[in-house]
Amino acid sequence: MSTGFSNELWASRFILLDGIGTCIFVSFLAIVFGTIVGIVVGLPLTYGNFIFRFLARAYTDFIRGIPVLVLILTFYFVLSVLGLNLTAMQAGIASLSIFSSAHVAEMLRGGLQNVQKGQIEAAKAVGLSFFQTFLYVSLPQALRQILPTWINTAVETTKGSTLVSIIGVVEITLVMQQIIGRNFLSMEFYALAGLIYFIICFSIERFGKFIEKKVAIK
Amino acid sequence: MDYSVNYDVIWRNLHNLFYGLGLGLYMALVSVALGSLIGLVLAFSLVSKRKLFRVLSGIYVAVIRNIPLMIIILFIYFGLPDVGLTFAEQPSFIFALTIYTGAYIAEVFRGGLLAIPKGVGEAGMAVGMSNFQINIFIKIPILIRSVMPALSNNYISLFKDTSVAAIVAVPELTFQTRKINTDTFRTIEAWSSASVLYVVACLLIAILLRRVERRVAIPK
Repeated sequence: MSTGFSNELWASRFILLDGIGTCIFVSFLAIVFGTIVGIVVGLPLTYGNFIFRFLARAYTDFIRGIPVLVLILTFYFVLSVLGLNLTAMQAGIASLSIFSSAHVAEMLRGGLQNVQKGQIEAAKAVGLSFFQTFLYVSLPQALRQILPTWINTAVETTKGSTLVSIIGVVEITLVMQQIIGRNFLSMEFYALAGLIYFIICFSIERFGKFIEKKVAIK
Repeated sequence: MDYSVNYDVIWRNLHNLFYGLGLGLYMALVSVALGSLIGLVLAFSLVSKRKLFRVLSGIYVAVIRNIPLMIIILFIYFGLPDVGLTFAEQPSFIFALTIYTGAYIAEVFRGGLLAIPKGVGEAGMAVGMSNFQINIFIKIPILIRSVMPALSNNYISLFKDTSVAAIVAVPELTFQTRKINTDTFRTIEAWSSASVLYVVACLLIAILLRRVERRVAIPK
């Protein structure tokens, strides 16, 4: 039976810390992989010829139309039927990466296309190659522009990581459910979960604002 | 691997899937409507002259935006009964979704309010309208029309969020799909169908809402 919130909290401190670690681990990897895949998809989406652009567009639009939860469940169940046995953790990270990659691709395209035409023309005029123009002119401006949205996607991905509890990844949400299963203090421990997520996500947001200020053009 | 794809079970359960899809659309619609009311109140207090209002509504928005929807749902469905507030599955989910989206809509409305030219309010004052009348008859109509695109994006993302209702056993599309999956082990068929249904539904809503947006847009 329950022995009061503080006692229960103390008793479950280790699994709780484990859960927080797992949450951060999953979210971090999902954001990193998502960004990498997002760049790989975002470039053909911006510069590709008809076929590449069409494929990239189909990918981003399709993924963005599927709820994260469905993406997670699909990855977990369908891949195992296809003979690719991922652990819950791997499936969770993979599906969250795919989710964030579509958003990164879309925002990268927006950022790159928003670079003023005159800039590209100027780069051409001084004889920069396409690759040089991209690297030294378009990309730095695009990155600065997409930073707020990218931070937003990072927060969304972190929030989405709650959903991997459904396929059995023991992150904060599932840890809370285990703790509550033992002591029935639903309200207290779900409120605690909310607080922990708030602290994590709010920190990401603040950190993003800090970086934004650092890289802003003065 | 001996798995042969067979969509028969999907065709047989198509009515369930469509029912789930409709339920998701309905829950998102109710939430966006109620959430707009919350958002409206919050937006006015976010731009209010009173510091207390600004701080309180700012806290609400920051807190809710940084908590995952699933935690809010679990808190309302499993946590609130501890203090005697018990809701059935569907109302509790709509309640959670409304609280969640209210914070996002508040930000949208706040931006919209700040974008309304000052002269509009001053014109209202000049013809002798009270502050309340200016807000109700001038600012809110302009606001609703100008934020329509943001609001419809919000609706689409809310519709996708209704998939989370499956965890509290609301029989929407994800729940139905999971049921087919566990009942028949037609895993590939079930999840591919659900994905396609979600994508097509989102696409159709987006097209429909673009038309609505064009109708209500303020002519330039």
